[in-house]
Amino acid sequence: MSDNEAKSILFAGVGGQGILRASDITCEVIMEVGLDAKKSEVHGMAQRGGCVTSHVRYGKKVYSPLAEPGSIQTLVSFEKMESLRYLKFLRQDASIIVNTEEIYPPVVNMGEAQYPEESVDFLRKHYGRVISFNAAELALKAGNIKTANVVLLGALSNLMNIDKSIWQKVIKNSFPEKLVKMNLDAFQMGIDA
Amino acid sequence: MKVLMSGNEAIARGAYEAGVRFAAAYPGTPSTEILENFCKYEGVYAEWSPNEKVAVEVAIGAALAGEKAMAVMKHVGVNVAADPVFTVSYTGTNSALVIISADDPSLHSSQNEQDNRHYARSAKIPMLEPADAQEAKEYIKLAFEISEKFDTPVFLRSTTRVSHSKSVVTLSEPAPYEDKTDFTYNAQKYVMVPNCARIRRAEVEKRQQALREFAETFPENRMEINNPDVGIITAGMPYNYAKEVFPDYSYLKLGMVYPLPEQLIRDFAHKVKKIYVIEELDPFLEEQIKALGIKVIGKETFPYTNEFDPGVLRNAIAGTTEPLSPYQESLSPRPPNLCPGCPHRGLFYALKKQKAFVHGDIGCYTLSYMKPLEGLHSCICMGASIGMAHGMSKAMKEKGKGKVVGVIGDSTFLHSGITPLLNMAYNRSDALIIILDNSTTAMTGMQEHPGTGYTLMGKEANKVNLKDLISSLGIENIKIIDPFDQKATISAIKEELSKEGPSVIIAQSPCALFKRANIKPKPALKVDPDKCEGCKSCLGLNCPPISWKKGITKEGSKRKGISFIDEALCNGCGLCAQVCKFEAIS
Repeated sequence: MSDNEAKSILFAGVGGQGILRASDITCEVIMEVGLDAKKSEVHGMAQRGGCVTSHVRYGKKVYSPLAEPGSIQTLVSFEKMESLRYLKFLRQDASIIVNTEEIYPPVVNMGEAQYPEESVDFLRKHYGRVISFNAAELALKAGNIKTANVVLLGALSNLMNIDKSIWQKVIKNSFPEKLVKMNLDAFQMGIDA
Repeated sequence: MKVLMSGNEAIARGAYEAGVRFAAAYPGTPSTEILENFCKYEGVYAEWSPNEKVAVEVAIGAALAGEKAMAVMKHVGVNVAADPVFTVSYTGTNSALVIISADDPSLHSSQNEQDNRHYARSAKIPMLEPADAQEAKEYIKLAFEISEKFDTPVFLRSTTRVSHSKSVVTLSEPAPYEDKTDFTYNAQKYVMVPNCARIRRAEVEKRQQALREFAETFPENRMEINNPDVGIITAGMPYNYAKEVFPDYSYLKLGMVYPLPEQLIRDFAHKVKKIYVIEELDPFLEEQIKALGIKVIGKETFPYTNEFDPGVLRNAIAGTTEPLSPYQESLSPRPPNLCPGCPHRGLFYALKKQKAFVHGDIGCYTLSYMKPLEGLHSCICMGASIGMAHGMSKAMKEKGKGKVVGVIGDSTFLHSGITPLLNMAYNRSDALIIILDNSTTAMTGMQEHPGTGYTLMGKEANKVNLKDLISSLGIENIKIIDPFDQKATISAIKEELSKEGPSVIIAQSPCALFKRANIKPKPALKVDPDKCEGCKSCLGLNCPPISWKKGITKEGSKRKGISFIDEALCNGCGLCAQVCKFEAIS
């Protein structure tokens, strides 16, 4: 384990799910409470429907924007099977938030492979705390499926010791005026999920 | 003020704070956002040049006029720009000139993993390498200062992890802009004929010596002496990984990776017992340090390939092994794919039927090489498709007739496809070139180019007419098609392949994600479960919304399952309906 006190969150999902926006917002929230923050992501080819991850690291002083395998405290998975892809990065006592929405990869679409069943049960068996719900459905209730990323931030905010009002303030500043209410609703749904 | 910035945003900000108002670039991951951010600052001029060589030449011209200028590109872009880069090192820059090379260890979005620090050494140009966004902002300023002070171009090297990581940056007041432009006539210095160049060649060595001395006291080459048992010499992002895992070791962090501060390195070596050189890719620092006669541990311990992370360094130094995932089943990969409604899909589906050898190029369409489209069979670099198709066609003579194709995007064609096409017209081969004209530079995120009618600054501009351009090169057979019309696409490809001499097809249809094209959303398509015979033809398109469900059989049919279309993902382009032999999709 690293001696550094920095904490790590891993956001994982599929290109187009708003993962980078979610990790941006998380970093802004962390900065608001006066902590150092670094995040890492890869743009370009990965965005065309491929896997997308973003590491967020925070603490008094952060050096690496990438977390070390075996050190991450929190996984926020934007898609069900993607929650299984990066488990080597997690601590055994990690908390996991899973959007149970399923997005099939090409080989599953072609009928050449199975979409993994019972991923959430697997996670529950191996990790301390697993919070699972369909963020896409909640996002639709909030007004647009694209707010699923902010629904997941609502759930994440329950695991972080930062006042909800700071999250709300950053969310307000992150979207154009007409989308603010919808995103605040989505955030609340994630808190209540 | 403190803000969260990516390395690329910070480079743009730092240049602006340094009073720089002039930049040229060609987009390329991971460098693209530098100019996209720089162009938003008040009073700047920034352009997308057609390629990196032009961008560097534009920046040299501006610097020669007395304007601080920056040229920005990804690592392989420096290959394209190398010709002017090596010689501007001789002439010097008059004002300041900084060339930014954004390297891509791990090949996140590139065709190779070259280490561009070698360019600094072979072109005799100093190179700075920041480790995070704050340093990126400061180092670009230092790069301009060094350029001005030593009359030399300066490289700033970033990597994907620096360019695309975000961290906290403290903003400073921008320096006021001073217009210092004027004509400087000095033929001895700026006309690189052998007589003058020989004189400048000697000047370069004097400058090298001055820079080596400067490097010794450059404050960003800094020692952190802690535990003297282990010393680490490193630069750029790997410094952060090492500090994360081994905070108690001693460090020599090099902000300038070329030329190296030899005395400082010797001093550090005296202060510590054992030295690791930690650098991604090539043993660039290691070999130079070993040449000083200093014993260090390097590539016998650390990998040559891929970017590092804290785990890689811990495993290499402490001999630990990477933790295992408790999930040991194999997970289906999720490779990037052409988007729903992508105009390239129909073209490659039609092209596959001709069983030709297809030379590919750099762009989204390269993704079509995968199953099931298997749309192209080679890809080397920007513009290579045309030269390679011509070469193969010439070498194979009759055997290659009607069987050799090159495909290239509009932005890539304008980048470096014009000269090889001129060659095809001149030296005449039978290859077919297909220009996939989606009206934008799609792969890097919709950048303008000379064929879009707009500039980076958002001004309306001349829009090159591809057909006229190609015709003027001497190509007689030119056809424009809509790749969403399968029948017309197939017959055009057949016809042009059968012709004598070079042919060009321009497949014109805007990128599905291109906002300005204002593609009206069409209703999602549906599969009629009574009509679907389960032949899987539509699956051959590899369109994200189309999937296959086993076990849905039908009386009087041998079908084993049927296709489904996910309405939420489908953009209604209608290609699958054209491909279906049973009229089951509408």
